[in-house]
Amino acid sequence: MDRIYMDNAATTAIAPEALAAMLPCFGQVYGNASSIHSTGRDARKLVEEARRKIADALGAKPGEIYFTSGGSESDNWAIKGAAFANRRKGNHIITSSIEHHAVLHTCQWLEKQGFEVTYLPVDEYGMVRTEDVEKAITDQTILISIMAANNEIGTIQPVAEIGKIAKAHKIIFHCDAVQAVGAVPVNVDSWNVDMLSLSGHKFHGPKGVGALYIRSGVKVEPFLHGGAQERGKRASTENVPGIVGMAAALEKAVNNLEENGIRLTYLRDKLIKGILENIPYTRLNGHPLQRLPGNVNVSILYVEGEALLLRLDLAGIAASSGSACTSGSLDPSHVLLAIGLPHEVAHGSLRLSLSDVNTEEEVDEVLKVLPRIVSTLRSMSPMYDDFLQGKNLTAK
Amino acid sequence: MYSEKVMDHFSNPRNVGEIPGANGVGTVGNAKCGDIMRMFLKVENGIIVDVKFKTFGCGAAIATSSMATEMVKGKSLKEALQLTNKAVAEALDGLPPVKMHCSLLAEEAIHAAVEDYLKNHPEEAIDL
Ligand SMILES: Cc1ncc(COP(=O)(O)O)c(C=O)c1O
Ligand code: FES
Repeated sequence: MDRIYMDNAATTAIAPEALAAMLPCFGQVYGNASSIHSTGRDARKLVEEARRKIADALGAKPGEIYFTSGGSESDNWAIKGAAFANRRKGNHIITSSIEHHAVLHTCQWLEKQGFEVTYLPVDEYGMVRTEDVEKAITDQTILISIMAANNEIGTIQPVAEIGKIAKAHKIIFHCDAVQAVGAVPVNVDSWNVDMLSLSGHKFHGPKGVGALYIRSGVKVEPFLHGGAQERGKRASTENVPGIVGMAAALEKAVNNLEENGIRLTYLRDKLIKGILENIPYTRLNGHPLQRLPGNVNVSILYVEGEALLLRLDLAGIAASSGSACTSGSLDPSHVLLAIGLPHEVAHGSLRLSLSDVNTEEEVDEVLKVLPRIVSTLRSMSPMYDDFLQGKNLTAK
Repeated sequence: MYSEKVMDHFSNPRNVGEIPGANGVGTVGNAKCGDIMRMFLKVENGIIVDVKFKTFGCGAAIATSSMATEMVKGKSLKEALQLTNKAVAEALDGLPPVKMHCSLLAEEAIHAAVEDYLKNHPEEAIDL
């Protein structure tokens, strides 16, 4: 059997359509999209066509789409740009405790610059409570940043409701939709978002390219200073191949959204059910229903995540874990801790993330291989021995 | 990120399991990452004639447990007490810097098991 790639939340394989759209940009269409001559204008045409496609996919206007180098830049720009542009109005930002580090570390940096940040807790499924958002608002609040769907546990947030609250209070609302775009329907108007981040490589586009949607009229400082590209808001010569590939990938993803969603949800639920039923002492992390179609996240007690990933890799299966041992910092995933998991349960977490390239045969193969690996690892785990003898062993 | 030796000891760990009549058992844990290692020794005439381990931990934790058991098998208690995490890591062709603490766990687990044995055989401790 070929290698099985179930780490699509980390990145995806490029779609053939995206690659095909990009290739001419490495050949004939090499111009600088800002040049006045026809070589440049050819590139400009492709960039603007891509902008329109991205705008269509989000229900936005092309003039509201700004190309960036990826999700991290979009998040940094949106949050820092809105914070500094609105500093006179207030210094308070609301976000959640389960955001991606691109948001969390940006907010932590802003705290050092004199801003105040509220990190909202989440419920046991990883869901932000809308009443918490409402309660956290002060007369100093200038920005709310809540993700559309979590990258680790897949929980989909009540974005439209939060958008309504933000709008009622006239507060700028940014949404990190990096995991949601191309996976679930996204509409900037029905969500009431003012800014939205997306990243090409999460939906079978190329890496190193993304976009930030900024609703017209919303005040945001530029982040990259320099040339007048992106209407003076984001300097640097356009990454034409990246932009074109991202747009082609998103167009494909949006065209197949419903069909893929149904198929992936089926595969996801088959994996979840198979794991929970066939491996004792396992639990699902994240919301059972309000979750990304391709996200499976389980905790397998008495095994350690990194050892599990290495064994899976030896069996040809690529996955991911929020275990402390897989993080350079030796801290378990902040998301798993935020949903209330004790360290030892976070330790045995396994994320299998699917995309349209995964098949049911692959799901069946994982369901065959995983229980064997788990029982091997448990047979060498002193924690499991003690558990079977009724003792509770922890490292503390 | 791991050397071939680490991957070899991780995927085919030596001496994994328990020794039913072990006369020295040591369990140590790393409070930070939450990993736990347990060593079982069978000591006869001051020599470690058998050693086994059980580990809950990362790839490096499992590989260093395995390597540490190989390094003390057939050795005297004194030699086992001289085992260092650096020696274990070197025997595995090195570990990534963030994984050095895992080898420390292996050193500590061996030492804890020897000390457990010596607790019950204090007369042998005098000779060390
Ligand atoms: C929710 C979320 N936000 C932001 C990012 C960062 O995106 P990029 O890798 O394109 O910078 C990621 C990707 O890891 C993500 O999952
Ligand atoms: S023992 Fe925890 S990271 Fe290796």
